Amino acid sequence: MIQLTGINKFYSMGENKVTALNDINLHISAHEFVAIVGPSGSGKSTLMNIIGCLDVPSYGSYVLDSNEVSKLNDDDLAQIRNQKIGFIFQRFNLLPKLSALENVELPLVYQGLKLKDVREKAIESLKSVGLESRMNHKPNELSGGQQQRVAIARALAAKPPVILADEPTGALDSKTGKEVMEILKNLNANGNTIVLITHDNNLAVQAKRIVRIQDGVIIEDKGMV
Amino acid sequence: MNLIQIFKMAIKSITSNKVRSFLTMLGVIIGVSSVIIAVGFAKGSTKNITDSLSTLGTNLININITGRNSNINLSYAQLEQFQQENSDIIASVAPQSSTNGIVKAGNKNRTTAILGTTSDYADINSVTVQSGRFLLGFDTDYNQKVAVVGTAVVNDIYGGANPVGQTIKILGQEFKVVGVLTETENGGASTVDDRVIIPISAATKLNKNAIIRSFSVKAASSDTVDSAVAKLNTFLLKIYKDSDLYRVTNMANVLSTLSTITGTMTAVLAGIAAISLIVGGIGIMNIMLVSVTERTREIGIRKAIGAKKRNILTQFLIEALVITGIGGIVGILIACCVIHFVIGGFKIVPEVYSIPWMLLSFGISLIIGVVFGMYPANKAANLNPIDALMYE
Repeated sequence: MIQLTGINKFYSMGENKVTALNDINLHISAHEFVAIVGPSGSGKSTLMNIIGCLDVPSYGSYVLDSNEVSKLNDDDLAQIRNQKIGFIFQRFNLLPKLSALENVELPLVYQGLKLKDVREKAIESLKSVGLESRMNHKPNELSGGQQQRVAIARALAAKPPVILADEPTGALDSKTGKEVMEILKNLNANGNTIVLITHDNNLAVQAKRIVRIQDGVIIEDKGMV
Repeated sequence: MNLIQIFKMAIKSITSNKVRSFLTMLGVIIGVSSVIIAVGFAKGSTKNITDSLSTLGTNLININITGRNSNINLSYAQLEQFQQENSDIIASVAPQSSTNGIVKAGNKNRTTAILGTTSDYADINSVTVQSGRFLLGFDTDYNQKVAVVGTAVVNDIYGGANPVGQTIKILGQEFKVVGVLTETENGGASTVDDRVIIPISAATKLNKNAIIRSFSVKAASSDTVDSAVAKLNTFLLKIYKDSDLYRVTNMANVLSTLSTITGTMTAVLAGIAAISLIVGGIGIMNIMLVSVTERTREIGIRKAIGAKKRNILTQFLIEALVITGIGGIVGILIACCVIHFVIGGFKIVPEVYSIPWMLLSFGISLIIGVVFGMYPANKAANLNPIDALMYE
């Protein structure tokens, strides 16, 4: 599903070249539940951006779902993000002026589906997180947990094979955080590949496999199948 | 992603920030409405002038003797003879001598214009009487002391009573009033209503030095106007030897000159007003740039979940277009209201609604939306999704 080979990423900060990722090799198979754990500045966000096709590596090969994506242009990357990856962010990143339903519809709209199909699929996705009764509410009328569930519904709407969750419980209390983790586990049980990015060990241990990253290097890969 | 969805998005984002959207539109509204009002005003004044000129008829040719201190004079008899020789192209000729002088009835007097002419004047210049009669050939031929008076004179010295049959003293000599000129649209304020018309023979006697300085000539038909003008020019050049001493003008020429002038005037007015449209466009660009910065995070989210560059570009462009489009329509409506209630309501000039200019200014406002929306939209489309997502 995800095959990273010899991934390097440099940033130039003025005169200095900063190495964010140094020769990362990582294979994630379909249906895995992987936690990528590391302190801030470890390069895990850069790794997430590359896995999420928000950024391209400086060197190395990234094959996602048998497509080489490391050399694609912006629009091709946008299409991959749209169809293969569902993002769940720490701060939900819902559009505040759109209703829950409209937020969930957005990735489907960008797929160019017909209005009727868009609505149908979005409602179906909201049902799967149990929020169909609140679909006409704006994000600010929903609790944090509900907002994150809307964000999950949005991530699932286009039925992408990979779910990329970046600190999904970071902005939630422990009870709702637990609920969100349950949803992720269920999704994994239903066949989705889940990549969880976190600094929190307690969260990471709930994944089936833990990849530890520090200073741009993978220092531990536990539970690899 | 289809256009309906983009339009829905654009309208949503415009309505979610009503005050700002309105202020952004205001530039376009003012621009479009001022263009249309300016053009409406210019066209209204043009209509006003051309309407009153065209009632005089396009068969009318005027000869003005402009040379002063000239010993050579064109006499009415000469011109009359010329007319008879060319009766196939010139229908009639009327001389005009005019001075200002005091007219008196009873103990009331008034300074007014005294026009000496012949019976043909009425036909050539479309002058009618509302009571009594105009001059007749007989009056000139037999030196009758009769006068046709304008309503401004009637109202002043006869107190509005019908003066036909009464006497009037013109420059100290007694004349008999035989008719009253039909009051024009503008009433007593018009100079055409403030005059007395007497036979040319009587006028020359009143003022021995009176030189006939202008003639009204009527062409046989509108087709012979040009040849009549040409023949008159040759005829006059033979007499005066200098084309600067006289001027032959025709209403059609005057009208076409006028329409060139007013066309330029319309364009200048519209051009000045169009500057405000451009200023409005810059306002849109300014607000859109602020909006792009403010919505950086939104753009980042949209990109993360799969929006392509062109999706973002069209979203912002359509937003700019919707703003300028609505602004354009509102501007047109406001302009129509102003033309109807202010220009028309106060009868400043006739109401003229120029559909081509409305479409043009609406089109220009849309173009301004595209032109000035392009830069902000492009900026939004090129935002890096990672930076945009991290943006606070």
